[in-house]
Amino acid sequence: MTDVMPAEGIFSLIWVIIALPFAGAAILLLLGRRTNAWGPYLGIVTVAGSAALAILMAVAMFGRAAESRTVGQDLYTWVLVDRFQVHMAFQLDQLSITFVLLITVVGTLIHVYSLGYMAHDENRRKFFGYLNLFVGAMLLLVLANNYLLLYVGWEGVGLASYLLIGFWQHKPSAAAAAKKAFVINRVGDVGLSLAIMLIFVTVGSVSFHDVFGTVDKANQGTLTAIGLLLLLAACGKSAQFPLQAWLLDAMEGPTPVSALIHAATMVTAGVYLIARSNVIFDHAPTAALVVVIVGCITMLMGAVIGSAKDDIKKSLAGSTMSQIGYMILAVGLGPVGYVFGIFHLLTHGVFKAGLFLGAGSVMHGMHDNVNMRRYGALRAFMVITFVTFVACTLSIMGIPPFSGFWSKDSIIHAAFEQNAFVGALTILAAGITGFYMTRMVIMTFFSKARWEDDVHPHESPKVMTIPLIILGIGALAQGFLMLYWGDIVSWLEPVVGYQEKEVPIPEVLILSLSIGVVLVGAAIAILMYQRRPVPVEAPHGSWLTRAAREELYGNTVNDVLVVEPSLQLTAATTWFDTKAIDGIVGSLASFTGALSGRMRRYQSGFARSYALSMVGGAIIVVLALILVRLS
Amino acid sequence: MNPANYIVLSAILFSIGAIGVLVRRNAIIVFMSVELMLNAANLAFVAFARMNGSLDGQVVAFFVMVVAASEVVVGLALIVTVFRTRRSASVDEPNLLKY
Repeated sequence: MTDVMPAEGIFSLIWVIIALPFAGAAILLLLGRRTNAWGPYLGIVTVAGSAALAILMAVAMFGRAAESRTVGQDLYTWVLVDRFQVHMAFQLDQLSITFVLLITVVGTLIHVYSLGYMAHDENRRKFFGYLNLFVGAMLLLVLANNYLLLYVGWEGVGLASYLLIGFWQHKPSAAAAAKKAFVINRVGDVGLSLAIMLIFVTVGSVSFHDVFGTVDKANQGTLTAIGLLLLLAACGKSAQFPLQAWLLDAMEGPTPVSALIHAATMVTAGVYLIARSNVIFDHAPTAALVVVIVGCITMLMGAVIGSAKDDIKKSLAGSTMSQIGYMILAVGLGPVGYVFGIFHLLTHGVFKAGLFLGAGSVMHGMHDNVNMRRYGALRAFMVITFVTFVACTLSIMGIPPFSGFWSKDSIIHAAFEQNAFVGALTILAAGITGFYMTRMVIMTFFSKARWEDDVHPHESPKVMTIPLIILGIGALAQGFLMLYWGDIVSWLEPVVGYQEKEVPIPEVLILSLSIGVVLVGAAIAILMYQRRPVPVEAPHGSWLTRAAREELYGNTVNDVLVVEPSLQLTAATTWFDTKAIDGIVGSLASFTGALSGRMRRYQSGFARSYALSMVGGAIIVVLALILVRLS
Repeated sequence: MNPANYIVLSAILFSIGAIGVLVRRNAIIVFMSVELMLNAANLAFVAFARMNGSLDGQVVAFFVMVVAASEVVVGLALIVTVFRTRRSASVDEPNLLKY
């Protein structure tokens, strides 16, 4: 365990990184319409400020030796109840600064993009407020030095996701999608809260320093349980099987939201959680194995779904699901894969944001139509969008020298170090990735134009294309720079650990297989979509295509397993409430009514009968007195 | 003279008065029966005063007489009013205060 350095110099401003976006959110949301004119610009300034601070701190950290890079800042004691102590404290180490840089830099670019994308929306000040809220919560999540504060950030990003998915509240589909995302996330949150409780009971503290120091004293079963619960939490937040159903519906939100939250940052929180808890997973190999299995299933599932969707955003969402499956798989492999999972997270954050913003740019020029069957031959009309989209596509497909090649190839290599079958699955998924991304590019930019009548495609304004260019350059250069110039492996190694193992298959074979399979997938896509005309009406398709369009029946399974029983339970409870409880109360009331109806017949109005009752009563009292006297 | 006989007489008078209240229909007769009950009580009080050798019972008898007198005033005023409006002095007639 490395020592935690005190927060001095530039590091004393760690709390400012989190405070700026929260302040921006507070100002924009609380002051309301008065801030409409300058609100969006404030939103950009706060996140840019955090980015600047993060860059300065990263530079300062670079200059330090590896053992003294972890900086802690303790603001105050938040919870103090007998033995349970939780501090409002932050931990800035190599892992968290990397995430902070990703969140703030990509976040700033997306904020700038949103100026153009949301220019005609009358609620855009609120949009920037919610985006700032999200960035603040996400920063809190990655900078927290204990599980409980991490949970606060975790919940915060879930809230921001709900608000942003349902931003266009007047659309019932958006409101339903927001609710669905929140409820499914909640299932994961239960996992995280149970894990925190279990950690506290086992270790007596929830701060990372204490937990990771004493974890080898806990027994295997407890650690496996904690690991599985943390995995459940990660599944909810990162849309992994079996909690993946919300991600495709979340595309109802505006495209910058899909780019920031559901591609670059929030959905990666699960990967962060597992990477941060690497010590726990290192001691619980069963939990790590389940992580790998979940990652594999989702990696393939997302790729298959993305291959059949005609909605460009839903296809990209399937792709995100698949790529995060890669990351989860990588962090489940243990020390051989932690670094590469994070590396892929960073490259994915850049190129996936680029893809989503590019899709938003295409939608902007196509009258907000998302149906790829109505695109075609756009490369001449949106040149910058086309070039950056292709750059990010080559990156995600893993073609050298683009960034995705370095990160994805490292994961494939790490998979083969651990298990050849898992390695083969990663290569298969890479092939499917090649297929669906090429399909997307061809349907959108190549093939024949299939536009609707009143559509005039045009390039987007500079405020939208400049972030695209920056992200495209990142997609090209980031991988190589991070791996060799920045040496990300030794940068992250002190935090997550690193190991290399012997690979049974020669490296050259793995390399050529992975690139070859991708090219085969691309070739199939070209054959299917470029050589043949793309029909405007989606054809019936094979059973796999139809299943993939239905998201591999994920929603059906959820309906059958969860929604229907819940509705039945509600109906039964309502029936019980109306018939049984209301019945009891009602019958009590009607019984009293009937009884009083009988009793009032004694009021006959006949004075002499009243007199008789009085005399009768008096006689009884006298008799009672006499009996008492006699006894 | 055995004072117990007076108690017995008082009891008999009280019973006759009670039965009169219950059985008779004319309001004036009912009042007479009520007076009879009050006087029976008076007799009992005086007899007990004699038996105990103190005058307390006789003083209470005075109180009872005063109360009886005022009650007769009020009661007769009621009967007269009812008779004026309903032309009947029967206790069975006014039976509107019923369910």
